Amino acid sequence: MNAPNDLAIPSLVQAPDYIGASIPRLGAKKLLEGRGKYLDDIQLPRLVHVVFFRSPHSHALIKNLDLSVAKRQPGVIAVFDGHDIAKICTPWVGILSHLKGIRSMEQFAVAPERACWQGEAVAAIVAQTRAQAEDALDHVQVQWEVLPCVTDMEIALRGDVVIHSALGDNLCFSRDVETEAFKSAFEGADLVVEKTYEFSRHTGVTNEPRSILADYNPSQDTLTVYHSTQAPHMMQDIFSRHLKIPESSVRVICPDVGGSFGIKVHVYPDEMATAAIAVILKRPVKFVADRIESFLTDIHAREHKINIKLACSKVGDIIGFELRDLTGIGPYSVYPRTSGIEGNQVVNLTGGPYRHRHYKAHLDVVFTNKNVTCQYRAVGHPIAVAVTEGIVDEAARQLGIDPLEFRQRNVIPDDQYPYTAASGIKFEKLSHQQCLEKLKTLMDYDDLRAEQSHLRQRGVYRGIGLAAMIEVTNPSPAFYGVGGARISAQDGATLRLDPMGVLNVMVSVTEQGQGSEAIFAQIAASSVGVTVENVRVMTGDTAVTPYGGGTWASRGAGIGGEAVLQAGKVLKAHILEIAALILDRTQQKLDIKANQVVDRLSGESLMPLSEVGRVAYFRPDTLPMNYQSELTVTRHYTPREYGFTFTNGIQAAWVEVDVETGFVTLLKHWCVEDCGTIINPTLVDEQIRGGIVQGIGGALFEECLYSEDGQLLNGSMADYLVPMATEMPDIVISHVQTPTRGSELGAKGVGEAGTAGAPGAVMNAINDALSPFGVSVTQQPHTPQQILKALGRV
Amino acid sequence: MSEAMMHVHFQVNEEVVDQEIKVRRHLVDFLREDLGLTGSHLGCEHGVCGACQVLIDGVLVRGCLSLAVAAHGKIVQTIEGLTEDGSLKQLQAAFLKHNAFQCGFCSSGMLLSALTIVKDYPQATREEIRELISGNYCRCTGYQSIVDAIESVLQENANNSLG
Repeated sequence: MNAPNDLAIPSLVQAPDYIGASIPRLGAKKLLEGRGKYLDDIQLPRLVHVVFFRSPHSHALIKNLDLSVAKRQPGVIAVFDGHDIAKICTPWVGILSHLKGIRSMEQFAVAPERACWQGEAVAAIVAQTRAQAEDALDHVQVQWEVLPCVTDMEIALRGDVVIHSALGDNLCFSRDVETEAFKSAFEGADLVVEKTYEFSRHTGVTNEPRSILADYNPSQDTLTVYHSTQAPHMMQDIFSRHLKIPESSVRVICPDVGGSFGIKVHVYPDEMATAAIAVILKRPVKFVADRIESFLTDIHAREHKINIKLACSKVGDIIGFELRDLTGIGPYSVYPRTSGIEGNQVVNLTGGPYRHRHYKAHLDVVFTNKNVTCQYRAVGHPIAVAVTEGIVDEAARQLGIDPLEFRQRNVIPDDQYPYTAASGIKFEKLSHQQCLEKLKTLMDYDDLRAEQSHLRQRGVYRGIGLAAMIEVTNPSPAFYGVGGARISAQDGATLRLDPMGVLNVMVSVTEQGQGSEAIFAQIAASSVGVTVENVRVMTGDTAVTPYGGGTWASRGAGIGGEAVLQAGKVLKAHILEIAALILDRTQQKLDIKANQVVDRLSGESLMPLSEVGRVAYFRPDTLPMNYQSELTVTRHYTPREYGFTFTNGIQAAWVEVDVETGFVTLLKHWCVEDCGTIINPTLVDEQIRGGIVQGIGGALFEECLYSEDGQLLNGSMADYLVPMATEMPDIVISHVQTPTRGSELGAKGVGEAGTAGAPGAVMNAINDALSPFGVSVTQQPHTPQQILKALGRV
Repeated sequence: MSEAMMHVHFQVNEEVVDQEIKVRRHLVDFLREDLGLTGSHLGCEHGVCGACQVLIDGVLVRGCLSLAVAAHGKIVQTIEGLTEDGSLKQLQAAFLKHNAFQCGFCSSGMLLSALTIVKDYPQATREEIRELISGNYCRCTGYQSIVDAIESVLQENANNSLG
């Protein structure tokens, strides 16, 4: 079935109608009418609700847990401790074999004996309503033995308090990189600049909290899980293995998702417990995190302390970078992607845009008694870009070279690809020089510098910050699969022509609001020759779509899109095969345009697709005896030649710093980005804009504040600041398009570029504004307090 | 312990509510769970994110901070009702055109804020629009496309009133 057709397949180039078109997301209209279906909108017969009793301590032993009073509360159906859940759900360890030496401990769905961060679940209560279950939480009685805790990364590294005694110390993972002759190259440099940067942990704050509804049917040992997730097939495998239900008996359905950003691609203990409880109770069970639970247990990210050095010649050629990164990840490496990846990415990506040949890096990833950290939008990129671009600006400042000129001099030239960077990562084809040129014009760089200098004389302190960036997209199996994780690097698309000539498209990549379904419709429409209104797309159901990885690491368009394109091309050939038989014409002389079979040369309409459908499905008796039509086609795609299909771009921020109050006003922001073939320009720009604002959040506002003893101090949206409309600037976006040659579509990813570059650009802009005072900020978020501290005013 | 109940009578969109309600029940929970109107969403449950917004007697309120019984004698309008009666048609078309939403979770609340702007601040500038939607949290868009969409509706209306 679906054997490749040996006839010449018409190429996409001849019908590029929707590739590159900014058409609205027709399938998303329901979301504007209150007709979406998010997880918490789902009600099932006999549905019950689970809530979790969470540790109030950052590190404590459970001496006694008494759930008997809670059990007697109105509406309560069942109560569970960690031992009860462990009988059904096996624990896990978040390690990957390609991160050499990474270690963690077994983590349980509900901690049976010891809590290792404030917020770790130690008991579950199930009741008829969520309110009843929450009321019963007050009646859980626990005797704790509070243990010494460690929340500071440097103290954790020292190992005064060891969280997991079996490991001997708090080191989860370390990595060293050193290029040949690094030492002599650095010693021979005219100038070495050095800075230390600190980044506070922050989190995703998805508008829709994490949520799951699991339903178990004992008669056939089937588990159906409705899950607000990015990776349904990954979760299918995980539920199967940890609950011991055959994989094919687990179905994961991903309804409309209210934002994910990497938050919803991990295994969460409370979600595993919910599925286990559904198995125990043999009925549907729902868990929806409330906001304090989100802050306490949604993965955090980006707590790093970094020392970076840049060596260069006196004329301004970068010789090399040296990096020391310390990052704290909470008490467990998160399953199954590990918490070692973020630091690993910082090591890989630092210095990424530049053509230096020398690099040395040391990474330490340590356990702490705070919430776990893991992959969040632009994993490691915002850190790597900020430290690289911060130190690049510092070098340019000390050499008296304009920062834009300094970058023009040092980026990898556009004609030098393919290129292997000093850190070892490989680039197929990037366009730093073109992007820089374009940015310079786009922002009227020279005029802006003149305006800045003019205003400075009047005591108005404005700054321009640049951040060149590279972004990991379209990951190959090298990201997770080679390390032993059962996370698909491949995605698939099934295209079916229905009798009325409507195209049904089922893709393993999920929709989280970014517009995957819309671009799949555009690609399918273009590759087959139908109008986009005649395409229906379905994603997010393991029982329906092909097998695949889902949404993460900016892979949807580049990987899923290519699968759709390839399936579409074959389906088109199959349709034309039938049409040729019906019309008694040569297939090569036919084409499909706007839902019609047409004469390829004249464009004359010969027959609607609904006629092909009618004959193929209802009157195949009129076709030759030995002919079987195939109007359903499945194709898959995996990028393999490069580990990642890197993209590149550059951002610029224009800010004003009030040196009396420390307040930063974001005046304008620019981004020139190269994500290869652009399928829907509006959606691409909106990914970048949303990403930039998320990056700005980390740079200026967002911070999970912990006390020394591991208490989260700002677990509400009133206290944890996120970007709101008033403070955000208008963002101007432009593109260079360098399609990847790894696929016919040529699309690279774009979901994370905005977040990758924005913090570095904003930090550099603030420091440019502060440069007349000879001070700079190095600690994110750059709050007014940080700025006044730098200015010596507090 | 029996829960305090209250008999209430109010209107939700075109539907009449005439029943006993738990006094502590929040309006948005009542709408979502008892009436099945799931268009209003629970984002933060403490009045910051704005995803639960509805109109009570035409005034924008947070459904997560309002008690259902407080709607007694009043008219509640939700995203569903305001879609059905066409009040949001122009804004919905503009939001779709400008892609002023991604995941859509904030959209119900955001559209209701936008409706208030269209009615009460027809001459709002971009900066004022930003200020007026600053009680609605959107993690996806970065807000610019939302500002663009609302601004385009104000512009359209201004042109129509001139023409």
